[in-house]
Amino acid sequence: MSQAHAHSQDHGHHDQESLKQFGFWLFMITDVILFATLFATFVVLRGNTASGPIGAELIEMNGIIISTFILLTSSFTSGLALLSMNKGDKKGLILWLAISALLGLSFIYLEVNEFIHLVHEGANIGTSAYWSAFFTLVGTHGLHVSLGIVWMTAIIIQLAKRGITPVTKRKVNIISLYWHFLDAVWIFVFSIVYLMEVM
Amino acid sequence: MAAQHHSHEESGHTHGSLKSYILGFVLSIVLTIIPLVAVMNDMFNKSTTIVIILVTAVLQFLVQLIFFMHIREEDKPRYNLVSLVFAVLLLLTIVIGSIWIMTYNQVAM
Amino acid sequence: MLETIKEFASEFFVTGDPLILGAQVSIALAMVAIVFVLTYFKKWRWLWTDWLTTVDHKKIGIMYIICAILMLFRGGVDALLMRVQLAAPELEFLHADHYNAIFTTHGVIMILFMAMPLMFGLFNIIVPLQLGARDVAFPFLNSFSFWMFFVGAMLFNLSFVIGGSPDAGWLAYPPLSERTGSPGVGQDFYIWGIQLSGVGSLASGINFVVTILKMRAPGMKLMKMPMFSWSVLASSVTIMFAFPILTVTLFLLFLDRYLGAHFFTVDAGGNPMMYLNLIWMWGHPEVYIVVLPAFGIFSEVVATFSKKKIFGYKSMVFALMSISFFSFFTWAHHFFTMGSGANVNAFFAVTTMIIAIPTGVKVFNWLFTMYRGKLSFPTPMMWAIAFIPCFVVGGMTGVMLSVAPADFQFHNSYFLIAHFHQVLIGGVVFGYFAGLYYWWPKMFGFKLHEGLGKWAFWFWNIGFYVCFMPQYALGLMGMTRRFNEYNFDMGWQPLNVVSTIGAFLMGIAFLFQVWQIAHSIRFLKKDTSGDNWGQGRTLEWSIPSPAPFYNFARTPKVVAQDDWWEKQQRRERGEADPAEVIAADTAPLEPIHMPKNSGIPIIMSGFWFVAGFGFVWDWKWMIVLGLAGVIVTMLARSFNFNDDYYVPVEEIERIEAAAARGAN
Repeated sequence: MSQAHAHSQDHGHHDQESLKQFGFWLFMITDVILFATLFATFVVLRGNTASGPIGAELIEMNGIIISTFILLTSSFTSGLALLSMNKGDKKGLILWLAISALLGLSFIYLEVNEFIHLVHEGANIGTSAYWSAFFTLVGTHGLHVSLGIVWMTAIIIQLAKRGITPVTKRKVNIISLYWHFLDAVWIFVFSIVYLMEVM
Repeated sequence: MAAQHHSHEESGHTHGSLKSYILGFVLSIVLTIIPLVAVMNDMFNKSTTIVIILVTAVLQFLVQLIFFMHIREEDKPRYNLVSLVFAVLLLLTIVIGSIWIMTYNQVAM
Repeated sequence: MLETIKEFASEFFVTGDPLILGAQVSIALAMVAIVFVLTYFKKWRWLWTDWLTTVDHKKIGIMYIICAILMLFRGGVDALLMRVQLAAPELEFLHADHYNAIFTTHGVIMILFMAMPLMFGLFNIIVPLQLGARDVAFPFLNSFSFWMFFVGAMLFNLSFVIGGSPDAGWLAYPPLSERTGSPGVGQDFYIWGIQLSGVGSLASGINFVVTILKMRAPGMKLMKMPMFSWSVLASSVTIMFAFPILTVTLFLLFLDRYLGAHFFTVDAGGNPMMYLNLIWMWGHPEVYIVVLPAFGIFSEVVATFSKKKIFGYKSMVFALMSISFFSFFTWAHHFFTMGSGANVNAFFAVTTMIIAIPTGVKVFNWLFTMYRGKLSFPTPMMWAIAFIPCFVVGGMTGVMLSVAPADFQFHNSYFLIAHFHQVLIGGVVFGYFAGLYYWWPKMFGFKLHEGLGKWAFWFWNIGFYVCFMPQYALGLMGMTRRFNEYNFDMGWQPLNVVSTIGAFLMGIAFLFQVWQIAHSIRFLKKDTSGDNWGQGRTLEWSIPSPAPFYNFARTPKVVAQDDWWEKQQRRERGEADPAEVIAADTAPLEPIHMPKNSGIPIIMSGFWFVAGFGFVWDWKWMIVLGLAGVIVTMLARSFNFNDDYYVPVEEIERIEAAAARGAN
């Protein structure tokens, strides 16, 4: 595979990688709109508890606080993974990615537990418009995180096999962007769904 | 064209030092604790609390953007920034627009 | 045992209607025929390698267009059925349930499964060629977009013969579309068909934004880019920002129906009006998504057949982008009567009026382009000229509707129906037809028969006005939409009969077009030269027709707006090209980097189809199977590092030489 340093002639691997990163950024922008719609729905319907249980009485902030710090930390550790990658440190990269994925897994575990608790207390997705919006907004974020964990795991495997190449670099850049984005969304979930409910 | 290889770290997202990540992490924690404390200790009235919550959330979002997503280091033309600005504008339209439109359409519950 | 099967079959298949039975039989026969033909001519391998797994934008574009034409047929038949029913009271041709299902499917098909794929087809075929690029930014994703559209359309169309069509209108307002109002599976087919196809649309939006921003040939600054590509950029940006809203809204309706959520129900705190708010936040940008590319096509066609640069290029670009921007701020005009209050209505009335202005600018610019141009009137140009009065009138009735207090009279009357058909047909359909006729020779290497094209043109135009002008009057007289029958006493019958005649004239026009295509293929006059109209302005005319699979053997160097035209002008004047152009045109051939074909898009989409079908019937095993398949195929894609190859120079030389011979 000599040659194709045809610069102006050829969109080589080089450009392909930055094209893909830009494309992914745009995808995240569309995800911003997706979450915006879910937030709008939640805000409009949050008062509609239909004489049923309200969030303030059932939400347990302790678990949420822990989840928040876990997710925040995993965003930080994914940054550490990137730093390792830029230094060419494959072991460090895989280690920090794995830690980020594990922290994400803990986040999901806590969230599932929270949902189970809520359902036991009589609040499920069909209880009222408020709870429909609650479970959908929080759940969609959780689904995004879960998919991210699967994805991260796949990349770890690919890194173990192939090491740090322009292609795997691009993949790591993209997943860590995704991971930061999910933390950013969580900031608003935490603030608007939880803090504003219990204040 | 040599210009094609202008930055070997094409993506522009590969900068950032340990210091900036740690700073970003610490700022995020602080910006989480502030509204938490305000809410859990019932320190202010409703409107003030809402403002504190929203302001710290937005600031933390900016921290994510600047320290973790390296939005300032993009090469020109800054398509990433422009598309983000549009997205935020539309986000505000969707949320505020829905609230405004639905205000009179709320079914009394 | 037999009883259970019989019971299941009577629920599963739609029974009891001769028309539907006919359709079921035809579909089965057609499927058998296709399988037979493919087997007899041993074409399965060819089908798989050349079409089903292609990532070539030109082929994907053709597949989109074929689907769109088939859907135009079904949507058109729906229209004719409705118009027959409405021609007289007490006809008992279509009962209310049927009629509801037909106007529902007519709307969904025409907008989402006819206009959108026709649009994406044209995007696909032309944009990379206009930009001097070898494909779109993400060819694999491009294929995925097509197949998601295809399975979405399949799911939706299947409801006609399996389970029952949706019948709650093309936008499925709750509470009618909730489980309480629509207990059957039709509404679920609706949700999944549109949801899956919508994912494809969103991905295409992203694909074309990246392609246009990042893959233009060297020297093609944005302000030198052809107008059609600008319109594709404007439309694609709009797609990116609008479609996520649709995804969420349909998802919420799905949750209501599937999990008993209460977003839009009338009980437990649900609010159906929130659905209208959200769906129109998507719905309004959607109509601009489809019309902006039509505007782009008109700019190309008018400039080409006036032999003149488009007048006011900068203002045209500005107009496109502002229409795209403002389209996100007008949505409430679709529900002025919902009760949001005077302030809300006033705001949206004003924004709606504002958005008419940039379009007006464009119309003037097209006219100024033609003024003192060297005009000729082949079919594409005729469509462009017919569009102008038609769309202007349609737009003006839009401004009438935007006056909120007046809208309380117009809303949901035939006045509204006439308005939106006028802008959709006069704007979008006329525009895409113009594009199809204009770029047909570029796609296939032969032109469509002019004479038959003119017959189709006149039948479409006359048919359109005969069909829809009476509907404005009917609306003003008080005729409300979505009824299958109107009492003779209302006095509306004469105009309805006229309208029905117009509809059939358009049906005849479609037949002329089918004849035209068949005739042109049979008696084709090959023209593979490249500049098929002899007066092309933009880069797509600089390569052979149809284009070689890699498009450009050498990446061109662009120096001007309408670069190909300028080059031809230099030739005529005996002027030499600038040095950098000569360098680019004579540079030694180098191996071309191309993406490999892939079976993953069609397979992954197939799994989405399975999952969607499972969700519709709530067969849990099928849902799990489908979703598992999706995840596995996604991982297969992630683990595949071998998805490209290089075209050797010898092959490029061979293809270029053959094209040169063919052109002589």
